[in-house]
Amino acid sequence: MKRAANAASLPDMPENVRTAVLKVTARLKDQPGALLPVLHGVQAALGYIPEASVPLIAREMNLSRADVHGVISFYHYFRSQPAGRRVIYLCRAESCQAMGAVTLEKHIRQRLGVDFHETTADGAFTLEPVYCLGNCACSPAMMVDDELKGRLTPAGFDAWLAAEKMDAETT
Amino acid sequence: MSITVYVPCDAGALSLGAEAVATAIAAEARQREVEVRVVRNGSRGLYWLEPMVEVATADGRVAYGPVQREDVPSLFEADFLHGGSHTLALGPTDAIAYLKSQQRLTFARVGIIDPRSLDDYRAHGGYRGLEAALGMDGTAIVQAVTDAGLRGRGGAAFPAGIKWKTCLDAPADRKYIVCNADEGDSGTFADRMIMEGDPFVLIEGMTIAGLAVGASHGYIYLRCEYPHAQRALEAAIASAEADGYLGDDVRGSGKPFRLEVRMAAGAYICGEETSLLESLEGKRGQVRFKPPLPAIEGLFGKPTVINNVVTLASVPIILDKGAAYYRDYGSGRSRGTLPLQLAGNLKRPGLVERAFGLTLRELIEDYGGGTASGRPVRAVQVGGPLGAYIPASQLDTPIDYEAFVAIGGMLGHGGIVVFDDSVDMAAQARYAMEFCAIESCGKCTPCRIGSTRGVEVIDRIVAGNAAERERNEVLLRDLCQTMLAGSLCALGGMAPFPVLSALDHFPEDFAGAADKKAS
Repeated sequence: MKRAANAASLPDMPENVRTAVLKVTARLKDQPGALLPVLHGVQAALGYIPEASVPLIAREMNLSRADVHGVISFYHYFRSQPAGRRVIYLCRAESCQAMGAVTLEKHIRQRLGVDFHETTADGAFTLEPVYCLGNCACSPAMMVDDELKGRLTPAGFDAWLAAEKMDAETT
Repeated sequence: MSITVYVPCDAGALSLGAEAVATAIAAEARQREVEVRVVRNGSRGLYWLEPMVEVATADGRVAYGPVQREDVPSLFEADFLHGGSHTLALGPTDAIAYLKSQQRLTFARVGIIDPRSLDDYRAHGGYRGLEAALGMDGTAIVQAVTDAGLRGRGGAAFPAGIKWKTCLDAPADRKYIVCNADEGDSGTFADRMIMEGDPFVLIEGMTIAGLAVGASHGYIYLRCEYPHAQRALEAAIASAEADGYLGDDVRGSGKPFRLEVRMAAGAYICGEETSLLESLEGKRGQVRFKPPLPAIEGLFGKPTVINNVVTLASVPIILDKGAAYYRDYGSGRSRGTLPLQLAGNLKRPGLVERAFGLTLRELIEDYGGGTASGRPVRAVQVGGPLGAYIPASQLDTPIDYEAFVAIGGMLGHGGIVVFDDSVDMAAQARYAMEFCAIESCGKCTPCRIGSTRGVEVIDRIVAGNAAERERNEVLLRDLCQTMLAGSLCALGGMAPFPVLSALDHFPEDFAGAADKKAS
């Protein structure tokens, strides 16, 4: 994997992307196997890993662009497009299925007007499937950013959504 | 004198409102001018009672649950701080039948101690295993783990001692201990509970493993769906470093051991040990060919012990109390205890740690209390998304690795997901193939292509008439054989288990739409 990227021809990228990437790579690149921590760092700073940042990450990590792209596209968690202000991870796995996750999933897709991997028109929510949140004794479960919810019902989701929208209006 | 109240900070309890309860208790206490110390413990694993609040009284801890924020004023009114009676009162925690009948070895401290307190950990028997290990040589530590009969709790059930011995005997300038904390199987949460509720026991287990095989560096590969566990582990590692339990000179032994948490990125396949190692190296999580075994050529090409959280967390008690103490629990070749996770459609889902040998029925009926919906149990999936669906007629199967293999299933990581009679088993079989298609690493053809073809064939079975169903069932079984025999790892190699078991035990669910119309 250690092929030097062509350093001479870095494409243009927004200054904030360049700064964010260099900050993360300067801190982490000398760790063994640093690419995943670096990508986590970039996504934490920017909310996603822009295509335009790939050549710079590759150069800093002394990898090819293909290597970096391959890793980003392999892992479900890494995203190449910006997400909504909040990301809803809805569990689709068996324990949640046994407690009505299929009905809940239909309800949430309809309520938000989006399918999985999509963002609502107002940019507020992105809906992502997840295969187990480890909250199987409190199924069905969803996680919003870092916040875990258990024993979720369609009515419970609506109540949560209403509260979220109220918060968004007041802030 | 201040009264200690326990409100779990376990992610499951938080998902049901524990944070609001903790805040409300502190606020109410201030308002009433009572001195209360709120400790955020792990969960006892009685999830239908979460958030479960405990109070330390003169007669021991008493429990109340499930508590919501609104209940807090009335709890104070009922004098719960002195064990007063209330509709949510559960009595002394240790006397709750679900807990009392358990044999908690690995989970001995989970839900009891403050997971952030190293002092609390030591006061409850923590680090005694390491103290013992520091007086032994590597061979003796490995022998103790071998004699205890400890097998990998992540799913494969490979004897931990043999893995450790292979790594110990591999000469190298550098070795690694890797903890597989990529707990991806649906129905499992034991790893999460340990990392959140007793993180020091995992650190201690990994340190002992490092001493045993001569490794100086450890990684915990943690799934990114577990942010609470990440925070708990990082805090615990910092405390352990500050007290000399980790670092260049572990407890004055002259031996170094450093530990780091690495976050995964949402790929189920990275729970497979070789793809986990690839991921730790910063690559796509694609499965490696074996041999070489990771114990000989693992992380960065160096000898590596890679074990699951529960396996490593079971090591301290073995070193502390001796191999025989642990081995004397269990049955047949399944020694010790297994933390079983009851999930899905159950009245009383939760964590049950028991010696091997009890039956699935005891777990589902006696502990689980039957289905939450009140309908009959129809199918039980044991061992995660790659485990077989077991029909109600086989519930008397004992919890034992070999007994599950004998009925075409696997015990795996001990996750048990119960479905009632409203389940559509053809849909479950389809989901198993769909899941395999989504999560396949793509390296081998049977898994990558076979899973997609599997979804299509099941769709044709369900849509077709009797003749088509018969033809496609032959095709599906043949495809399953190819995946079973030809896949590189357990994902493609075991995804057929749920599919074939659904076909064998619940053929009526696969009756084609055309047949259903005709009848």
